[in-house]
Parts: sequence; structure tokens; C-alpha cells
Amino acid sequence: MAEAEMFPLRARGVSVSLGGHRALDDVSLEIGARARTAVLGANGAGKSVLLRVLHGLIAPDAGSVAWGESGRRPAQAMVFQRPVLLRRPALANIEYALAVNGVRGDERRDRALEAIGRVGLSHLAGRQARVLSGGEQQRLALARAWALRPQILFLDEPTASLDPNAAAEIERLIGGIHAAGTAIVFATHHLGLARRLADEVVFLEQGRVAERTETDRFFSSPASAEAQRYLQGELP
Amino acid sequence: MTVMKRLLLALLLLPPLAAAQPWITIASTTSTEQSGLFRAILPKFTAATGIEARVVALGTGQALDVGRRGDADVVFVHDRAAERKFVEEGFGVERIEVMYNDFVIVGPAADPAGARGRDVAQALVRIAQAGAPFVSRGDRSGTHAAELRFWAAAGIDAPQGDWYREAGAGMGPTLNVTAGMNAYTLTDRGTWLSFRNRAELVVLVEGDERLFNQYGVMLVNPQRHPHVKQAAGQAFIDWIVSPQGQAAIAAYRIDGHQLFFPNAAR
Amino acid sequence: MPEFPQDLWRIVALSLEVSLAATLIACALGLPLGALVAVGRFPGRRGVIIVLNALLGLPSVVVGLAVYLLLSRAGPLGELGILFTPAAIVIAQTLLVLPIVAALARQIVEDAWTDYREQLTSLGVSRARAVPTLLRDTRYSLLTVVLAGFGRAASEVGAVMIVGGNIDGVTRVMTTAIALETSKGDLPLALWLGAVLIGTVLAVNTAAYAIREWSLKRHG
Repeated sequence: MAEAEMFPLRARGVSVSLGGHRALDDVSLEIGARARTAVLGANGAGKSVLLRVLHGLIAPDAGSVAWGESGRRPAQAMVFQRPVLLRRPALANIEYALAVNGVRGDERRDRALEAIGRVGLSHLAGRQARVLSGGEQQRLALARAWALRPQILFLDEPTASLDPNAAAEIERLIGGIHAAGTAIVFATHHLGLARRLADEVVFLEQGRVAERTETDRFFSSPASAEAQRYLQGELP
Repeated sequence: MTVMKRLLLALLLLPPLAAAQPWITIASTTSTEQSGLFRAILPKFTAATGIEARVVALGTGQALDVGRRGDADVVFVHDRAAERKFVEEGFGVERIEVMYNDFVIVGPAADPAGARGRDVAQALVRIAQAGAPFVSRGDRSGTHAAELRFWAAAGIDAPQGDWYREAGAGMGPTLNVTAGMNAYTLTDRGTWLSFRNRAELVVLVEGDERLFNQYGVMLVNPQRHPHVKQAAGQAFIDWIVSPQGQAAIAAYRIDGHQLFFPNAAR
Repeated sequence: MPEFPQDLWRIVALSLEVSLAATLIACALGLPLGALVAVGRFPGRRGVIIVLNALLGLPSVVVGLAVYLLLSRAGPLGELGILFTPAAIVIAQTLLVLPIVAALARQIVEDAWTDYREQLTSLGVSRARAVPTLLRDTRYSLLTVVLAGFGRAASEVGAVMIVGGNIDGVTRVMTTAIALETSKGDLPLALWLGAVLIGTVLAVNTAAYAIREWSLKRHG
């Protein structure tokens, strides 16, 4: 399936209520093939919810999420702030994800080995995933997502619980994944990460899209008052 | 699925199921089992015939029910009236008398009701008059049936009152209750002799002819229950009334007391 | 110390054998059942959970009676001829252990599903596929469930007495031997047999716990 048929990803008038709280309110946006989009906003602005709606984990109460002309979902994956790794060896975690998606036999093994090599964890392939360090676990989660050859990858605060070294390594890997042709959409509090990694910024304010701007312009002269306050550090 | 297969295999390998020896199931009473009689005589039966005898020990009423449902090949109990009914209804082939033991009344050594003596009816009258606690089996067993006959003989049709308690249990548990309450009860001598938790209880009434307790054996009717192991079951009946079987019964003793007295007609 | 029955080892062995067999069968059925209820979406799910939890208090005598009537020659499965055999004990114990295993597994797997759900769904894992995955990942918690089931099977007396018949050398297990000695008024021997039973269950638990500790250290 050609990328053109599945992109852009269009959200139209999406609203989501969670536990009586309106988490997303009439959100509309488009994400094109090979996009690099950072979703910014204060705590509770709806960043995580937006990613989950786009990825299909949460169904919107109103509005729609549609892929391209065909309506077919592209291969996609998501990396969470705290990855859930299964109680089995690191490599087996990747193989599991591949098996679920119908990859069999030698190909499964080869793709898993390739993925774990790409994040520099080949030497820990046989180690139990749950005993790896936080940074290693997040790299493994990236490898697992990447092994599925997603055309779009969602990342929810991928570096939030990591030390600076581990965060830098994750940033480098995400950049590499995008360079290889995958669209990335990530939510983060790390403004540096957004500045270096994103082409455009979607800024959320209380469940609404306050602005959507090219990265350089967002950081030099944000259009909305909310974004200005946020960048000045007045918002959490 | 291999797990289930392994489980099934393990089940089949349970040793008693794998036993090649032919066996019969005998529904009998707690008195014969708990007194140790079966442990003493059944190996002799198995040695003579090559048939294993498996005893399920219940109250007489329950044992007859097990026979009625076809879950035993032989019923070996002690309640003449109930046994005759069992045969008349077509569940048993023929009732054959095997042996008897005797009942005794046990109670507190101090005997507050003054029940001590030979006459069972007189003893029960005194217990009732004194309102001394009496524990009944209350479980439709042969012993329970006998107890009710003795009350009738004493002119008390349906004993009632705070002093009369129904345990609803086998002989052993009933004796435990009796010992705990320091009360009176009717028990077969075999269970009494092998009973360890006597506390202050002693035998107060014994020797009355009415206290004799006849055991009968019956083959479950194969016409009613075709799966009944007729030949093997009959082999047990033939053996228990044979001179060898009768001698084995007579030879069983606890502390020098003979418990069961063979009296088969053949 | 009182005089133990000469074939005590055989009684202990049979107790272990039937209790382990019943636990294994109950787990083979109950763990997937509990997990299915945990992650499944179907009408009446809430009712199933309430029934499962209520069955935790299933009176063993009722189970014994039901199995007895089922296996009796006059009953629907009478043809099998397994009343008063160890197989009948295994069936009764399985029925008693099954609700324990299913209800507790349901709780554990449901808790895990809360944690795993987004990640597994994101990977494209269906609910049906999640069942074995969750069972495998909660295996150390489920071990406690298995041991609870084994404990109930090994300590069971009412149903075992009814369907096994407490036949000397055939279906006499620890619990029915204790009941027998109690009714013979030999309370010291009954207590000692009780100590042997507790010791046996303790040994099984200790072994399982040691395995769990060792694996946890290895697997994190």
C-alpha cells in the first residue's frame, strides 16, 4: 500500500471525555507521511490522549480519525513513557511482537536481531527484559516498535524517566528511525527534544489545539498567548 | 493438549486403578470396619480366593442405600428388619446370617441414673426418669434402629427432652460426644473396645439377650444391577459362612475379648 | 508418639497423588478460564465473576454428594464404574479447586491486564492472544493460586469421604484417615496424622516458594 493512500492522517473535530473530564475538545489536525511532529502543552493539556486517539487506543466520543484516501491504517507503533516489557528475554520481547503480527520463522529471528542491533543491545539479547536498566528498557521498547516497520511511530514522553545520557541515546535513535522513512509524532516536556527533533509543533491548551506552527517559528515567536506563557516557564 | 494427555496418563497410573487383581466392593458398617474385624479377616479371604475386598464403611441405612443404587456388590450390615425389606424389594438376592455381636450401654462411672444392671429396658427407663443426658446416633444406622427398639421395649415410644440428644453421626463420633458430655449411650461392643477416648465412661449394661446384634450378608441383585460382580461377590459370601471364614471371625480379639460370634446356619 | 499405621507412606503418597492430579487438572481448566473472564467482553461477565467468587465457599459435602449421585451406578456416569476409586476423589477435588483457581486467577490477570492493556493493544495483540501472554507473565503470582488450590485439595475431607468411601488401601487418604482415627477416639494418633498432613503440605509449599524465589531473581 503506497504511503500516499494512507497519509495524511486526519483528525476532524475529535472530542474525548475521560471520567467526566473533557480531555480533547474539537481537535482537528493533519499529519503527513514522514512528518516530525512534537505535541507540546502543560500537564493535563491532552497530549497523551491525543496520541492514543491517533494511534487507535482510545475511540473519540465525537469526530473522526481517518487515514489517507483509502482509510487503511498504515503499519504503526507506539512507545510509552514507561514501556511494558514481558517477563522474557530481551530478544524474545521483540520476537513476540513480530509473531503477533504474523512474522514467522527465520524472518522473525532476523528482524528481531536486526532491531536489537540497531539500538545497540545485541550483547543483552538473552538477558531478561525486566532486569535491564531504565534506558536499556526504553531502547528495547524502541527496537520492538521499530521491528514492526511502522510507517508512523507515536512516542509518549519517551525520555521523561531517563537520565540525560540515556535520553540523548533515545533521541539519537528516534532521529535515525525518522531518517529511515518513518513519520514520528511525540509528546514531550523536553523543549530541547522538540526543538531538535520536530519539524512542527502542535501546542495543546486544555484539550484544544492552541496553535500548530513550524518548530523554529514556534520557539522564536509563538502565535498564542498560552504558548508564550508556556515557553516563559510560567506554566508547569 | 500434551498437558492434558499427561494428566490422563497420570490418572490411569494411580496404583489402585492399575491393580490387575479382581475386586469387589462391600458396603458395610462402621462397627465392623472400625473394630478392626475387616483388617483381620479380609487378607485371609483374599489369600484364599485371589479376590480383593474393598470395604466402604457407613451406617446400615446408608450401606443399604449404596446397595440399592448398585454401588456395591455385597452388603454386610446389622438391621434384620431393614435387610428383609431390602431383599423383599428385590435389591438383595438372599439374606444370610453370619455372626452377632452385642450392644452395651455405656455411661458415667458414677452412674447418676442408677442404670447399671442386666436389663436394658429397665436401664433406659431409669435414664429417662432421671433425665440423665443420653446421646443417640440419630443417623438411621443399625445401632440407631436397635436403640429405638429398646426404647419401645422400655415403653418409651419417642424419647424427647433436653436430656435426649441426637448426634447424627457414626458410632465413633457419637462416643466422642458422649465422652465429652459424660452422658449415656448405646454402642456395639466392638467399637467400644477399640475406642480410645473413653474419658469417664464405663460399660453399665450388658448381657441382656435383647442386646444381641445379628449381622447379615446379601449379594446385590444382579438382575437389578447387571454390572454386579456376581461370582466374586458370591465367593465372599460363601467364604464368610464357611468354616474358615467363621473361624477367622471367632479368632479376632481385642485385649483378649472376642468381639464377634459366628453363627452362620451352614 | 503413637503407633502409625504401617501403610502410612501409602496414604501420604495417595493423598499427594490425587491432590496434585486434581490441582493440575483444575489449573489446566481454571487458569485459562479465569484469564478469559479477566480480559473478555461478553454479556453476563459481571454475573460470571460473582458466581465464581461465590463458588469459593462451595461446601465440599454438596460437591461430594453431587459427584456421588453422578458417578453412582444409578447415576448418569454410572457406566464408568469409578465411584469409590481414586479417580472419583480426583473429580470431586477438581470441582472444589476449580473455582478457587479461576476466581483468584481472574483477579490477578485482570490487574495485570490493566497494566499491559495499552502496550499489548498497541502491538496488535487480540484479547484472545492476550490470555496466554498474561498467564505467562503473571506466573509467579499464579503460583500462589496453584498452591492455594493444592491446599484445598489436600485438606479436603467431606467430599473425599463420600465419593472415595475411605476404603483401606484404596481410597484412604490423609484426611479420611484422620477422620477415621478421630471417630475411633484415638485422638493422639489423629493429631499426629494431622501433623504429617500439614508437614506434607508445608514441604510442597516450601519447594514451590524456593523455585519462585530462584526464578524471580533470574527473571526480574
